Amino acid sequence: MAVCIAVIAKENYPLYIRSVPTQGELKFHYTVHTSLDVVEEKISGVGKALADQRELYLGLLYPTEDYKVYGYVTNSKVKFVIVVDSSNASLRDNEIRSMFRKLHNSFTDVMCNPFYNPGDPIQSKAFDSIVSAMMVQAC
Amino acid sequence: MSPAQWDLPPELCCRPMAFVALTGLDVVYNAIHRAIWDAFCANRRADRVPISFKVLAGDHEYPKCRTKRTSYEWYIPKGILKTGWMNKHLNLVPALVVLFYELDWDDPQWKEKQSECATKVEIVRDKFFSHRTSLQGRNTKVAVVLIQKKTPLPPGEDLVASERASALCGACDLSGKSLFVLPHTDHLVGYIIRLENAFYEHAQTYYYNEIRRVKSHKEFLNKTTHQLLFVRHQFKMGFFSELKQDTQNALKYYRTAYVLINELRAHETNMLEIKTMAGFVNYKICRLCFQHNTPLDAIAQFRKHIDLCKKKIGSAELAFEHTAWMSKQFQSFGDLFDEAIKLGLTAIQTQNPGFYYQQGAYYAQERKQQAGQLCGHEPGVGYPAPDPLETASGALDFYGQRPWRQGHQSIDPPDSEKEKQGILALQVKERDVLHSELIIALLSNAVAQFKKYKCPRMKSHLMVQMGEEYYHAKDYTKALKLLDYVMCDYRTERWWSLLTSILCTALKCSYLMGQVKDYITYSMELVGRASILPEEQKSRIEKNLIKVLMNEVPEPEPDCDPVSVKAAQSLWSDRISLAGNNEITIEVQDYAPFVQCKAKFLSPSFHIDEPVQLHVYVRADCPHPVRFSKLCVSLSNQEYNQYCLLEDASKGKDILESSSQENMCLVPGKTRKYCFKFVAKTEDVGKKVEIMSVGLMLGRETGRYVYLTWRGGWGDAASSHETLQASRCFKKRTRFPEQQVDWDTVSIQSSTMIISRVPKISVQLTHEPPTLTNEMYCMTVTIQSEEGTVAKDLKLTAGLKPGQDANLTQSTQITLNGSEVCDDSHPALLPDIPLGDLQPGQKIVKPLYIRCVSTGSRILLFHVAYSVSATVEGKDITCKCHKDETVTVETVVPFEVAMKFVSSKFEHLERVYVDIPFLLMMDILSASPWPIELVNSEVQLASSMTAIDQPMSQVEGVTLQTSECASECFLLKCPPVQNGTSTVASGHYIISWKRKSASAETSMVRTIITLPHVMVENIPLYIHAELPSFGCVRESLPVRYRLENRTGLVQDVEISVEPSDAFMFSGLKQVRMRILPGGEQEMLYNFYPLMAGYQVLPQLNINLMRFPNISSQLLRRFLPSRIFVKPQGRNGDTSIEAA
Repeated sequence: MAVCIAVIAKENYPLYIRSVPTQGELKFHYTVHTSLDVVEEKISGVGKALADQRELYLGLLYPTEDYKVYGYVTNSKVKFVIVVDSSNASLRDNEIRSMFRKLHNSFTDVMCNPFYNPGDPIQSKAFDSIVSAMMVQAC
Repeated sequence: MSPAQWDLPPELCCRPMAFVALTGLDVVYNAIHRAIWDAFCANRRADRVPISFKVLAGDHEYPKCRTKRTSYEWYIPKGILKTGWMNKHLNLVPALVVLFYELDWDDPQWKEKQSECATKVEIVRDKFFSHRTSLQGRNTKVAVVLIQKKTPLPPGEDLVASERASALCGACDLSGKSLFVLPHTDHLVGYIIRLENAFYEHAQTYYYNEIRRVKSHKEFLNKTTHQLLFVRHQFKMGFFSELKQDTQNALKYYRTAYVLINELRAHETNMLEIKTMAGFVNYKICRLCFQHNTPLDAIAQFRKHIDLCKKKIGSAELAFEHTAWMSKQFQSFGDLFDEAIKLGLTAIQTQNPGFYYQQGAYYAQERKQQAGQLCGHEPGVGYPAPDPLETASGALDFYGQRPWRQGHQSIDPPDSEKEKQGILALQVKERDVLHSELIIALLSNAVAQFKKYKCPRMKSHLMVQMGEEYYHAKDYTKALKLLDYVMCDYRTERWWSLLTSILCTALKCSYLMGQVKDYITYSMELVGRASILPEEQKSRIEKNLIKVLMNEVPEPEPDCDPVSVKAAQSLWSDRISLAGNNEITIEVQDYAPFVQCKAKFLSPSFHIDEPVQLHVYVRADCPHPVRFSKLCVSLSNQEYNQYCLLEDASKGKDILESSSQENMCLVPGKTRKYCFKFVAKTEDVGKKVEIMSVGLMLGRETGRYVYLTWRGGWGDAASSHETLQASRCFKKRTRFPEQQVDWDTVSIQSSTMIISRVPKISVQLTHEPPTLTNEMYCMTVTIQSEEGTVAKDLKLTAGLKPGQDANLTQSTQITLNGSEVCDDSHPALLPDIPLGDLQPGQKIVKPLYIRCVSTGSRILLFHVAYSVSATVEGKDITCKCHKDETVTVETVVPFEVAMKFVSSKFEHLERVYVDIPFLLMMDILSASPWPIELVNSEVQLASSMTAIDQPMSQVEGVTLQTSECASECFLLKCPPVQNGTSTVASGHYIISWKRKSASAETSMVRTIITLPHVMVENIPLYIHAELPSFGCVRESLPVRYRLENRTGLVQDVEISVEPSDAFMFSGLKQVRMRILPGGEQEMLYNFYPLMAGYQVLPQLNINLMRFPNISSQLLRRFLPSRIFVKPQGRNGDTSIEAA
């Protein structure tokens, strides 16, 4: 399961970021932030191939020694980033996809909340619990 | 062992090339030999065969060849690869020794020379093959090159040569293939290239044999004791293949070697050796893969290598060795990758050398950390003596072995005491390694790569790491420079968590360097809303900040190096004691400090007679209340600044002392409002007043102070987004108590217009549109004052509004004098007509006359300006007021005039005839919506026309209503013209008219219309009839036809009268006569009408013999065709009887 899950606004600032408490939180923030380089590049690449625009899943952004970083971008250019431990070899692409889909659904619910101002940090309990379910349980 | 102990040996990293030794060349003293040598070494481009040449003396000692063992049965290898082996085959043991000897085929002393040469060959061989008798000597061959002065003949022609060549071969024990001739002529380079190709073939054969030799050992080996040898042999075969330039096979051998290494039994004692060799072989594989342009294979191999070796830490006490090795693996792969890119490989954003450098740096950081943990010995523990790292030769025998137990391959170390000493020695050495330097070097490599592959965030991240590393290395200047550089990236991207962490490091750096300005800047940001620090941290920083502002030494930052803190404290106390330079200005738009500011004018415009109002909102979001000493607004007109200033009256008092000026204390989270008011200057009417900046002073002018400025009056690095979010938010706002403002609802109005006072006068226009072309159109302006005081210097500007079509300016004229008609000298706009003063309630009526020469619509402007005195905020000012009134008027033509030429019979004329009278008809059609009175009309004839009688206007005094028409005509004739036909001007028609208006007296307008040109033609014969105006039935009607010859010729005229039903007649029915030039003939007829009514007269046919083209039809036009015949009187009823 994921070690860090982040939602990034269209303007590339974090709306929501949560990581397993065992490791340095800052490190994950940096990992997510640097992964935006690849996301940006992929998004600008998609613009050229209009046919591909429906594919929101960006796939593996870049591998580091210890983590794999996956990206997903909504049509409104909100980005989801999931960081997975490299050692977790059992996690397949399909599962990552379904994680993103769940995240997207939950995010849509957040957006539908009339009391949520788009662009503000996400402080939804429902969203929190969805994310928690996807995170590695720190034991 | 140097810090470079982890570097790969250069002989591993170079590209192996066949080694050929050249002997017998005296390159120092012999010019020819020098030239030959140069030809071998110079210009070794890629198209030349890969050989490394070396000049050696004829009696050079080559490395001895050890006796090859015949059996491996009792042999236990001491290590995997000897440290000298690669170098030996690259630089010491040649694949071929070439002996150069100067000898021509026809040399007179052939015999002697031949034997000398043979001796030399023998010497080389002796040096080489000291074990020549043994079959296991080196396979190195000897070749001989004869340097000759003459160009050789083609093969087979020189019989002497071939004979002597075979003799020489025999003498030297050479095969024919190993004897070469090098003529020293012009084409030296060409010969050399041929020679080296031949050498290359020999070398290849040599390496081929070497590979076979190594391979042949395999059958003697067994898997239990000779595992190391399997690896060694595979490596050697790979290396020889590379020397042979057979990279495909080399790769195969290396891959096998790699697999074999991983099969070795690894334990703590040999872990380093295994990893070292694995690293070597991996390097070779990756290098060859890149060379074969299969970068993915290289990457895959490297990944596999890392995965396999990651866990092989080895001795826990020397864990830093593992991370150092790992770091090196990544670095050297990065180097290989980068090198491949320089040779044309394309990398991508997600797969570029930067990642490997970055990972290398990561391991280097880990190494540093481990070294810190493992090498933290007591100060008393020194370097052990004797040095366990010393070896007899000064170098290791085998790669990756421990100096204190070389060649030892058992699982347990042979001497545990020595082992301890060795480890200690390594740890002590590690302690002295400059880790930060290594890390920074790797990071900066990575930065360069990521910059190239469009990864700005990765680059920033690495720069942060570099900065932190500099901080750890106590190079605070560099650290601060790097951190400061990337800070704004994180700030603009709003990653506050990352920014906070960077700011914390930067704050430490600035503290340790005693940089007051930086210290204050970072503190301000860390205390503010952009920081995610916990409240107690913020509180600590704010207290420090206040201390600095009070010119005191701040508390040290936590977790700083104690030695540096000491130095910093003394630096700070120096700073404090130093007078001057205590003013610090910070432009906030690049930061997000803890004080926010918004300044706004209350309205986008202010009238000059009301005070300009300005509100400044200030809010702090620090943990403790903060007091400021000055708030000032700088406006675009500096003169107003004095009114927008708030200063602490209690100057000199202590900053924390509670003063009466509660107003100047900012309570966290509460918005303070400061109102300013000033009266604008009258010169600024129509100008914009802008807030240039708002300044807030923290600290005291007497001590140290910070001056925060908000350019434009609001906004720092974070506020534009916050404003956007606030504007999007539709949450119901909480009601704020009186005197409190919701920060987010404060909008910005950073500039205002100073506009003139609202005029209190009325301007009315009276006129009767539309205007008629050319008329003096009267517009009456009525100005009435509604002011309370005297309106002084009333001025009226009237006329065409500027900025319209340029043609309108030409065709519009305005005047105050309606009695005379305007001309071009009158302007389109009359500026500043002085009207004097206007008492309250007084009224001025001013008529103006406008003449529009062309039709179309015009916008007319009536601008009334005056000045009036007013009192604002107790100040007397003279206000200039003005009122504009615009009106659009349409101009139309008053009437249209149609002109035509008709004959006296009112028939339309295409052309007129000389001396024959015709009519000029005028139709005047009114197009004006207002009645027009035609005062007079006249024709001014051109010289080519004359009036027959005195022409009098027939329309004089006529008044035309809309679309009514008036007509008149003039009887004219043309005097003779020069040549038959010509077009002549007719003259002008002048109508004098005026608008018939009930309201105003209008002046008369003369409209001149140019008459059309007409064609005038001479006619040879003129005929006209004299007859009464009417006839009566059965009463004689005398008719006289008069024919005039208008030519200079005698004319024959044939005339006949056609019979008519309506008339009987007497006279000549058909006659032919002759008329003299200028003469005339009369024909007399008596017509006797038979019927009443309009009757067609008997038709006269005239035939001109000389002018056949003049038809009788044309001439007939001069004659009346019909006549009215009255019926007979009542008394004589004969006609009825006759009927």
